[in-house]
Amino acid sequence: MKLAFTLNGALVRVDADPDQRAVDLLRELNALDVKEGCGTGECGACSILVDGVHKLSCLLLAAQLHGRELTTAAGLGSVKNPHPIQKAFAEHGAVQCGFCTPGMTIAASALLAANPDPTRDEVRQGLSGNLCRCTGYVKIVDAVRAAARKGDGGEA
Amino acid sequence: MNVLFPRNMPQLVKALGEPGARILAGGTDLLVRLRAQPDAKLATLVSLDRVAALRGVALEKPGTVLRIGAASTHAELLAHPLVRARLPMLAQALATLGSPPIRNMGTLGGNICTASPAGDTLPPLLVLGAELELASASGTRSLPLADFLLGPGRTALQPGEALTAVRVPLPEPSARQHFEKVGRRDALAVAVVSLAALVRTGGKGAITSASLAWGAVAPGIWRCPEAEAALVGRKLTLSALNSAARIASSRVQPISDVRASADYRRSVTGNLLLRLAAL
Ligand SMILES: Cc1cc2nc3c(=O)[nH]c(=O)nc-3n(C[C@H](O)[C@H](O)[C@H](O)COP(=O)(O)OP(=O)(O)OC[C@H]3O[C@@H](n4cnc5c(N)ncnc54)[C@H](O)[C@@H]3O)c2cc1C
Ligand code: FES
Ligand code: FES
Repeated sequence: MKLAFTLNGALVRVDADPDQRAVDLLRELNALDVKEGCGTGECGACSILVDGVHKLSCLLLAAQLHGRELTTAAGLGSVKNPHPIQKAFAEHGAVQCGFCTPGMTIAASALLAANPDPTRDEVRQGLSGNLCRCTGYVKIVDAVRAAARKGDGGEA
Repeated sequence: MNVLFPRNMPQLVKALGEPGARILAGGTDLLVRLRAQPDAKLATLVSLDRVAALRGVALEKPGTVLRIGAASTHAELLAHPLVRARLPMLAQALATLGSPPIRNMGTLGGNICTASPAGDTLPPLLVLGAELELASASGTRSLPLADFLLGPGRTALQPGEALTAVRVPLPEPSARQHFEKVGRRDALAVAVVSLAALVRTGGKGAITSASLAWGAVAPGIWRCPEAEAALVGRKLTLSALNSAARIASSRVQPISDVRASADYRRSVTGNLLLRLAAL
């Protein structure tokens, strides 16, 4: 099945099995910031934005991506020019092994787009679909609150 | 496996006529299930992503019924002013369903058609008296939700048929609505016990009707007419609720599973009613 979508601003045309999972297709396209943790919707590691909405690429089929605008963590910002959320994660020690980080930053950007100044509790709720095995979450919540206070909660 | 993307109702019912066709809405139940049993591969998945007619909320019958498109997502409904203002118990159930991305993907129709005893929207929709609108190549029909749910994972959906809309009668603003779910944690938690309640009171505060439904304590959503009857005629006080709670706890026959013991479920079944005293 011929698919066309934008991935982090670039137009992608690809021939994919329609029932291939989006997470597998994206990783084949070298979007290695999209991680697979559980494969069943529980961990959030595979989080992406589809037309600006936080979704799970392990529960989407490749065919569903056609015509959509996709953002992965790498599309939020780059090493040279990080998104305020990514910068805050680095500054606040919110990253240990890093496996959850792409999904966490995607979830945080969706949260801040809807709620530019969330309370700690609202951050915890906003990130409740994303699991982290390392940090204990406190520094992740700190980072999201710091990014919010810098006043740039919007999308990339 | 083939995936079809109908754009309107005629295309949808035609696609559902394909042999082995199965509806894919948010995929949060279906794709998890297909992954668990890869041999159960279906011939054709029919995605609802592009059927605009299946989304959205509209007032019907001069303001007394809310018609909810079956492919509306939980997040869309949770953000809808009429759902929040007039159906607070449904909003409460949606607010604790899964996680933000699950609510962005999962749909009301998918929650209903999955027919899980722990499906969070089912107790509220049952006490509200929801009616389902079903469509197939041979026409449309409507069915009360109570008659649609046949057992765990079993519904009255016929081959080739789609759930198109859910019609929810709006309770008058004076009616009291309540939903509460007890789970193992606050997010991503399957219900251990849930309760939806719709209580109407008359002139002197006496209860004129009480509609109660519990999730996750029986193979289907559990009703207890005896506890409802025990409330009618009394005021919404702790002592009235205590007697209804005793009746509910003594009649319910839950099971023990990985999430909780039968004894715990039995106590919570009654205790959740006591919360209504604060309404
Ligand atoms: C991590 C995780 C957490 C979850 N937490 C909860 C929770 O807390 N509470 C809860 O109740 N559920 C929960 N669920 C289950 C699920 O998210 C919900 O039941 C959701 O509402 C299903 O909707 P869907 O659109 O994703 O359905 P799908 O997976 O697309 O479909 C489910 C079934 O319904 C059929 N179907 C869907 N729409 C229609 C239609 N319009 N007409 C006919 N048939 C249809 C499909 O063919 C399929 O058999 C969770 C799931 C996951 C993965
Ligand atoms: S891999 Fe998608 S939610 Fe865990
Ligand atoms: S940093 Fe290791 S899982 Fe979050």
